[in-house]
Amino acid sequence: MKTIDEIHEIRIQKRKELELRINTNADTREKHILVCHGTGCTSSKSPQILENFRRIIEEKGLENVRVIKTGCFGLCAKGPIVIIRPEDTFYAMVTPEDCEEIIQTHIIEGNRVERLLCKDIDGTKVNSLDELTFYKKQKRIALKNCGVINPENIDEYLAFDGYLALEKVLKEMTAEQVIETITKSGLRGRGGAGFPTGKKWELTKASQDSQKYVVCNADEGDPGAFMDRSILEGDPHSVLEAMEIAGYTIGANKGFIYVRAEYPIAVKRLQTAINQARDYGILGENIFGTGFNFDIEIRLGAGAFVCGEETALLESIEGKRGQPRVKPPYPAQSGLWGKPTLINNVETYANIAQIILKGADWYSSIGTENSKGTKVFALGGNVNNIGLVEVPMGTTLREIVYDIGGGIPNGRDFKAAQTGGPSGGCIPKEHLDTPIDYESLKEIGSMMGSGGLIVMDDTKCMVSLAKFYLEFTVSESCGKCTPCRIGTKRMLELLEKLCAGKGSEEDIDKLEKLASNIRKASVCGLGQSAPNPVISTLKYFRKEFEEHAIDKQCRALECKAMAKIKIDPEKCKGCGLCQKHCPVNAIEGEAREKRIINQEKCIKCGTCLTNCPFHAIGN
Amino acid sequence: MQEDNVNNESCTCNCNKKDEFLEGLLNTYKPIKDNLIQMLNEVQEHYGYVPQYVQKELSEFLNIPLAEIYGVITFYSRFTLKPKGKYAISVCLGTACFVKGSRKIMDRLTEKLGIGPGETTADGKFSIDETRCVGACGLAPVFTVNGEVYGKATVQKLDEVLDELMNK
Repeated sequence: MKTIDEIHEIRIQKRKELELRINTNADTREKHILVCHGTGCTSSKSPQILENFRRIIEEKGLENVRVIKTGCFGLCAKGPIVIIRPEDTFYAMVTPEDCEEIIQTHIIEGNRVERLLCKDIDGTKVNSLDELTFYKKQKRIALKNCGVINPENIDEYLAFDGYLALEKVLKEMTAEQVIETITKSGLRGRGGAGFPTGKKWELTKASQDSQKYVVCNADEGDPGAFMDRSILEGDPHSVLEAMEIAGYTIGANKGFIYVRAEYPIAVKRLQTAINQARDYGILGENIFGTGFNFDIEIRLGAGAFVCGEETALLESIEGKRGQPRVKPPYPAQSGLWGKPTLINNVETYANIAQIILKGADWYSSIGTENSKGTKVFALGGNVNNIGLVEVPMGTTLREIVYDIGGGIPNGRDFKAAQTGGPSGGCIPKEHLDTPIDYESLKEIGSMMGSGGLIVMDDTKCMVSLAKFYLEFTVSESCGKCTPCRIGTKRMLELLEKLCAGKGSEEDIDKLEKLASNIRKASVCGLGQSAPNPVISTLKYFRKEFEEHAIDKQCRALECKAMAKIKIDPEKCKGCGLCQKHCPVNAIEGEAREKRIINQEKCIKCGTCLTNCPFHAIGN
Repeated sequence: MQEDNVNNESCTCNCNKKDEFLEGLLNTYKPIKDNLIQMLNEVQEHYGYVPQYVQKELSEFLNIPLAEIYGVITFYSRFTLKPKGKYAISVCLGTACFVKGSRKIMDRLTEKLGIGPGETTADGKFSIDETRCVGACGLAPVFTVNGEVYGKATVQKLDEVLDELMNK
């Protein structure tokens, strides 16, 4: 247990010590080597890099050098990332073998290791993180501490105004004032639907009951999205602090974080954060001596996408199958064990402390008219700078894909971007200049979603993509309501038919009809939004659907069944290698003659293609 | 859907019924229904699947019908009724990996091992799973073997890894 004065003291001391993390001109002889420990970098051996640095420093008996484990820096495509402060040198794709050289050349001799410096998209080497185009258009609020602090050390969180917002709320603000601030800030739910956060808090506060709960939805199920996980891994205390503020505001003393068991690092760091906060008396009873009690427990999800739906999540916390409840009543009236419950998503919580400290006006000055603040996106797919980005609302898709994302690799063209995952839609080239906010994305047939943003180049088949998302919803449908359980399955069958070259125009009409019925008749958000990927691809890429249905052609050559493998008679030298390797004897022709593929026998395995020494075989 | 577990009476993990782990588990948790999923998570983690005798123990301990426990196990993809292979291979089919061609990796894997996703080879050596985003999107497409991530995967790379494991 620490007294409030002791916590103030830690904050001041630690802040001085860590000045070099955010100030390149910090007056210090110390050097901090920050090693990214987000999931991406951890997968490519960053723990070993950390270990090597520590070992070498000890062996050489170096002083004034510290090696620190941090959360995600964002530029996952360049991982594993090592940053040296205060000079802010950015080393990319570091291997455990590079540690020796970095210590010798950079730390001891004071020169940069040129070959490891991160290259910008135009190939120029950059000296520091701020010079990278990737970071220039970003604004970090929710990710403020990610990559700056050690997420497993509460003192480092305290150093950067950690738990100051909680102190302010408990000591100086009434619940009404907190709600007013959050409402005025314009913050909306970052889970995807965009419900005004202040309103949600107000509704839950208004419900009269002796027991209420605060829940954090960390069941990030959208395939290809990893924003929430990065926040939990890089700055877990920001979520705890916001949940406590929420508890004080709505009158709850108990919180639950529902997090995917597939996120072992996030779970571990959250538990560490909870334990540390309890030790300091920031979580538990009589917090900061104000008489306010609040505790938080972790609940593990077990791999069901539907549990991201708030009422399904509540069922799962109660130990049951995660099937959604019929709304109303909403969780604000009857949630966990029938008690009023406030549920917000991780990123929403990560904004709260900043809003309390810097004020509603500051927050609402960022963004567009109806969507305030910033949004974190997990940028992935066919784009150069794969990673985590946080941009002010109103930034255009073009800026994200081309400026921050560095464009499309291999000189290909942009075809579409997908936001909102299995519940969202595709945005084609003609809408690249749409400013990103809740309303404008909805208008063009997609949605904000939780933040997955997948870029696709012109080699992608949109019918296959629609099929991919339907496969996902079919396997994740909980089975409670018929439109979703059976309807999505029927839609998938139609798409499979189209991709197999056995579809007709009528199937496209059927798809549309089913989509509109499932949208209207499903119980929960999963079912209601399941047809979105089909509706939006049909809207913008109908021609491709028709080509599949009528011409039996897949222009992207992704649908194998329709691919016709041919031998170019100009290039064929009659060597017969293709014939020798064909597993089904589909290649005809005599020795030293040009060969022909019997399309009826061909199974499109592509073996001939890889064995032809003259590149004479193609689609 | 996973197969029915009626005939899965004998336990393949060589543990004694009510082993130390299970005893410990029953002592850690209170007999409240809400604890089911948390306990199942620990069971899955420890045994690699949820053996039938453990389901029965949980049923008695938490006072939940066995059928309901079966319902919960089959609802969540993390819980399995059969042991995974010695080498549990998962292919990420999240969107970022899909766009980069992870389907081809999966096709090759099922072809080489002769089993589908969610299945284990007869000799118990390999099992295949589909996962949705392991979070290493910068390395897409990825597959994992017993949790170890192999990034920027190609069919050739998969073949190399498989050959190595087959000879182990």
